[in-house]
Amino acid sequence: MSNPAIPLNDAPSQVRDLVVIGAGPAGMAAALAAKRRGLDVLLLDEQPKVGGQIYRSITETDAQRERILGADYVYGKSLAEQIRASGLAHWAGASVWQIDPDKTVHVLRNDRTTRIETKSLVIATGAMERPFPVPGWTLPGVMTAGAGQILLKNAAVVPQVPVVLAGCGPLLYLLAAQYLRAGVEIRAVLDTSAGTDWRLAISHATSLLAGWGYVRKGLGLLREIKSAGIPFFKDVGGLRIDGEDAVRQVSFSSAGRAQQIDCELVMLHQGVVPNTQVSWSLRAEHQWDDEQLCWVPVLDSWGQTSLPGIYIAGDGAGIGGALVAEMQGALAGIGVANSLGFGASEDGAQQRAQIAQHLRIRPFLNQQYRPKDEFRIPADDVVVCRCEEVTAGAIREQVQLGCVGPNQTKSFSRCGMGPCQGRQCGLTVTEIIAKEAKLPPQDVGYYRIRPPLKSLSLAQLAAGV
Amino acid sequence: MAGIASPASGSSDVLVIGGGLQGLSSAFQLAKAGLSVRLLEAEYCGRHASGVNAGGVRTLGRHVAEIPLALAAREQLWHGLADIIGSDGGFVPSGHLQVAESEADEIKAKARVAMLNGLGFFHEQWVDQQQVRELVPSISPHVVGGIWADRDGYALPYKVATAYRLAAEKLGVQIVEQAPVLRVDHQSGMWQASTAQGVFHAPWLVNTAGAWAADFAAQVGDTVPMVAGGLMLMVTQRVAPFVKPVLGAMGRPLSFKQFDNGTVVIGGGLRCEADASQRHAMVDLNRMPKSAQTVIDLFPHLRDVSIARAWTGIEGFMPDEIPVISPSARADNLVHAFGFSAHGFELSPITGCIVAELVTQGTSSLPISAFRVDRFATA
Ligand SMILES: Cc1cc2nc3c(=O)[nH]c(=O)nc-3n(C[C@H](O)[C@H](O)[C@H](O)COP(=O)(O)OP(=O)(O)OC[C@H]3O[C@@H](n4cnc5c(N)ncnc54)[C@H](O)[C@@H]3O)c2cc1C
Ligand SMILES: Cc1cc2nc3c(=O)[nH]c(=O)nc-3n(C[C@H](O)[C@H](O)[C@H](O)COP(=O)(O)OP(=O)(O)OC[C@H]3O[C@@H](n4cnc5c(N)ncnc54)[C@H](O)[C@@H]3O)c2cc1C
Repeated sequence: MSNPAIPLNDAPSQVRDLVVIGAGPAGMAAALAAKRRGLDVLLLDEQPKVGGQIYRSITETDAQRERILGADYVYGKSLAEQIRASGLAHWAGASVWQIDPDKTVHVLRNDRTTRIETKSLVIATGAMERPFPVPGWTLPGVMTAGAGQILLKNAAVVPQVPVVLAGCGPLLYLLAAQYLRAGVEIRAVLDTSAGTDWRLAISHATSLLAGWGYVRKGLGLLREIKSAGIPFFKDVGGLRIDGEDAVRQVSFSSAGRAQQIDCELVMLHQGVVPNTQVSWSLRAEHQWDDEQLCWVPVLDSWGQTSLPGIYIAGDGAGIGGALVAEMQGALAGIGVANSLGFGASEDGAQQRAQIAQHLRIRPFLNQQYRPKDEFRIPADDVVVCRCEEVTAGAIREQVQLGCVGPNQTKSFSRCGMGPCQGRQCGLTVTEIIAKEAKLPPQDVGYYRIRPPLKSLSLAQLAAGV
Repeated sequence: MAGIASPASGSSDVLVIGGGLQGLSSAFQLAKAGLSVRLLEAEYCGRHASGVNAGGVRTLGRHVAEIPLALAAREQLWHGLADIIGSDGGFVPSGHLQVAESEADEIKAKARVAMLNGLGFFHEQWVDQQQVRELVPSISPHVVGGIWADRDGYALPYKVATAYRLAAEKLGVQIVEQAPVLRVDHQSGMWQASTAQGVFHAPWLVNTAGAWAADFAAQVGDTVPMVAGGLMLMVTQRVAPFVKPVLGAMGRPLSFKQFDNGTVVIGGGLRCEADASQRHAMVDLNRMPKSAQTVIDLFPHLRDVSIARAWTGIEGFMPDEIPVISPSARADNLVHAFGFSAHGFELSPITGCIVAELVTQGTSSLPISAFRVDRFATA
C-alpha cells in the first residue's frame, strides 16, 4: 500500500548555466563572478546562511561576537552583502547528496529531493579537519577545535568547564584566542608541532616576506595566548587521553618530560585537509600531495577537474585559506563564463598572479604545521574507523593478509562503511596501508565514495520521483 | 600469439578465468578432484559481483530449471560450509519470506506453491497472515500471507569468496591476480591464455569471467546474447533488531534483510547502467525511491532511518534469466559458467561441483541441459 500523501517533486524546470555547491568564500566568489558576466547561477549550501566555515553566520552576528571572532571574520560581511545585492539564486538548507556523471545535482531541501540540471558545476565544499587518532580520541569529552568554533559562531555557545587544546595549526591558536576573548578557561595548550622556533624559521625563509601578513597574524595569536599566562607545552609527543566512560586526564611528553593534566574536555586539531568526498564520488582524478599530506583533485589552470565542465575552488582544491579560496572561486567563475561563451574571454592572469602571491607562504606553513607521523599513523591499539571500531592494528593485519587498498579494508572489516562513509578515517587508512605495504600513498588510493554524500532518510528518498 | 614468458607463467591441468565465486568454487572442486589448477583474475578475487552482492542464499522463487541445483547447493553445501571450506562464510539460516500484500498476490503465491508441489518440490510453503505475523511481528498489518522457505538464509559475500579462495589455495590452486586475460587460443590440444603477467597453458579451460565471460565465449564461436548490467543495493544506518528472515515481496521488486550489526540491506533487482569496459556501474538513485517506499510500507517505523550508502555490482544477464553452465558447443575441453542474472551467489557452491564433473567425467549428475551455451543459437 503506497502512501497517497507523498507529493510529487518539482520537475527540473530549466538547465542552469552554473550550479555552485558551497557558499563559503570560494563558492560566493565563483557565483558572483559568473553572475556578473551574465550567467544563470544557482548557489547551494546546506547551511541556513551564506558564509562557509570561516564566515559562518556572518549575516547574523552581533558586535560582541565580532570582537571575539576578529577582523578576518568580519571581512566576510562584504561578500555576503554582494551576494544579497547581486540577486543571484541562493538555496539555503540545500544539501547535495549525489551528482551524476552528466552533472545532474540531487539536492535534499525541506525533506524533499530535487534534481537540478546544469551545464557546469563549481564544487566549493571546502575543507574538513584532519583526523587526529590518538588513544582515547573517541571518548565522550573529546571534540575537535572546529566543532568548538562552530558552536561559537552558530550559537554563541562556549564550554563551561576548563578545556585543554591539543594539536597544531592556525585554527587551533585562533580558537584559543577566540576562547580567551570569550572568557573560556583554557587549562593548557599542548602544541604538537615539531617545535621549530618561529623567529628562527622566519629569519631563514626568504619567501616569508610575501606572506608576512599571515605570519604576523600567527605570531599575534600566539602572543595573545602566551601573555594570558596559559600553560603552553611545546613539542608534545605521546599524547593520550584517559578515562573510562569520559575524559579524566591527558598525558603526554613535552620536550622530553612526562606530563599529566586532569580535565573533562579536550579539543583536538591538527590542521584541515580538502574534503574530497564529492570529487572522489565523481571519479575525478586525484593525486597525493606530499607536502600537505592529503589528496587533492587534479585541476587545470582554471580549476577544472579531469571531468569537463566540473570545477573545484577553495580549500577543496588544496588548503590555501579564505582569501585564496575567494580568488580561486573568482577564477573558476570566469573560466566557466569563458567556456560557455559569456563576456570577453578573460585570461585570468591577474587572479592567478594574486593567488600565487598568497600561496608563497604555504611551503613554510606546511612545514611548520606538518602533523607528526605518530599522530597520523597511530599505534596498533588506536581506533581508526570510529563508526565500525576498527583499529590501526587490524588494518596492518589485513595488509599482511594481502589487502592492497582502502576498498578492501571495507570487505575485510567494514572499515569506512559506517555512517561517515570513511570521511573520518580515509586519510589515516591510506597512510597506514602505504606505510605497512611500503607503497606511496598515490598507489594505495582512496575509498570508492558512494552516494548518498549526505544523510538521507528512507522517507525522503521515497518522496523523490 | 607471442607472449613474454615470466616466471609465473607455465602449465597446469586447468586454467580458470575469473576469480569470482563461480571461478573460485570451480577451482576448489577441480583441485579436490586431483587436478592442478591455475586461476587468472583481472583485478582481485571477489572484486566484482561475488564480493558486493546482497548475500541472499535463496531457493525461493527460482526458475524451475534451477531448483535442483539451488536445493543441492543449499542442502549439500551452504548448511555445511564450515566442514567443506573451513568457514561458514557468515551463513545464517534465517529463512526467506516473500510477502503477499493483496488478494491477487495471494492467488499468485498459492498457485506457485501448488505448481511446485505438482513437480515434487516442497521447499516453498504458503503461510497465512497469522504465521507471517509470528515470523515477523513488526510487519505492517496489510500483509495477507506469504511464501516461506525455512532453510534459506544469507551469508557474507566477501567472506565466502575469501574462504573459497583460501580453501582452494590450500589444495594447491595457484591464483594470479592483477592478470587480465587478453585472449585465449587453442592449439594442438592446449589452451593458451595471454596476460600481461605472462602466457599460461593448460589442456582445460574454464570460463567464469562473470559479466565479461561472453567475450571469451564469442572468441571460440559460442555466441550468447548475454548483456552486462549493473545492479544496485543500499544499506541503512543501524536500527534495533526488527526482522530475522530475508524478505521479498510478491507484487513488487524487493529484497531486504537486517544484519546482526543492525544495518538493513535493501535491493531486489534494482538495475542500473554498467560500463563493462570501465569495469564499473553507476548508482542511479532515481530508481531507488520505489524500494524505499516498499520498505516503509512494510515497516512504517523505518521512515526516518538514514541510508548510509548505495553501491553497485556488474553482472551478466541472460534473456531467460538463467545461467550458462555448459561445455562449449564449439571447442574441446572448455567449460562455461556465467550469466547468473542476479542470483548466482546461492548457486556458486554447486557450480564448482558441476564444473569439476564436466571436466573430469564429461557429464554432470545434476540436470543442466537448460543451461546449454547454444540454447539461443540459430541453426
Ligand atoms: C571547522 C573549520 C573551521 C574553520 N574556521 C576557520 C576560521 O575561523 N578562519 C579561517 O581563516 N579559516 C578557517 N577554516 C579554514 C577555512 O575553511 C577556509 O580557509 C575557508 O573557509 C575555505 O573556504 P571555502 O569556500 O573553500 O570553503 P568553506 O568556507 O568551508 O565552505 C564550504 C561550504 O560548502 C558547504 N557544503 C559542503 N558540502 C556540501 C554539500 N554536500 N551540500 C551543500 N553544501 C555543502 C558547507 O556548508 C560550507 O558552507 C576552518 C575550517 C574548518 C574545517
Ligand atoms: C548488487 C548485486 C546483488 C546480488 N544479490 C544476490 C543475492 O542476494 N543472491 C544471489 O544468489 N545472487 C546475488 N547476486 C548475483 C551474484 O552476485 C552473481 O551471480 C555471482 O556473484 C556471479 O559470480 P561470477 O563468479 O560469475 O562473477 P564475478 O563475481 O563478477 O566474477 C567474475 C570475475 O572475472 C574477472 N574477470 C573479468 N574479465 C576477466 C579477464 N579478462 N581476465 C581475468 N579475469 C577476468 C572479474 O574481475 C571478476 O572478478 C547479486 C549481484 C549483484 C551485482
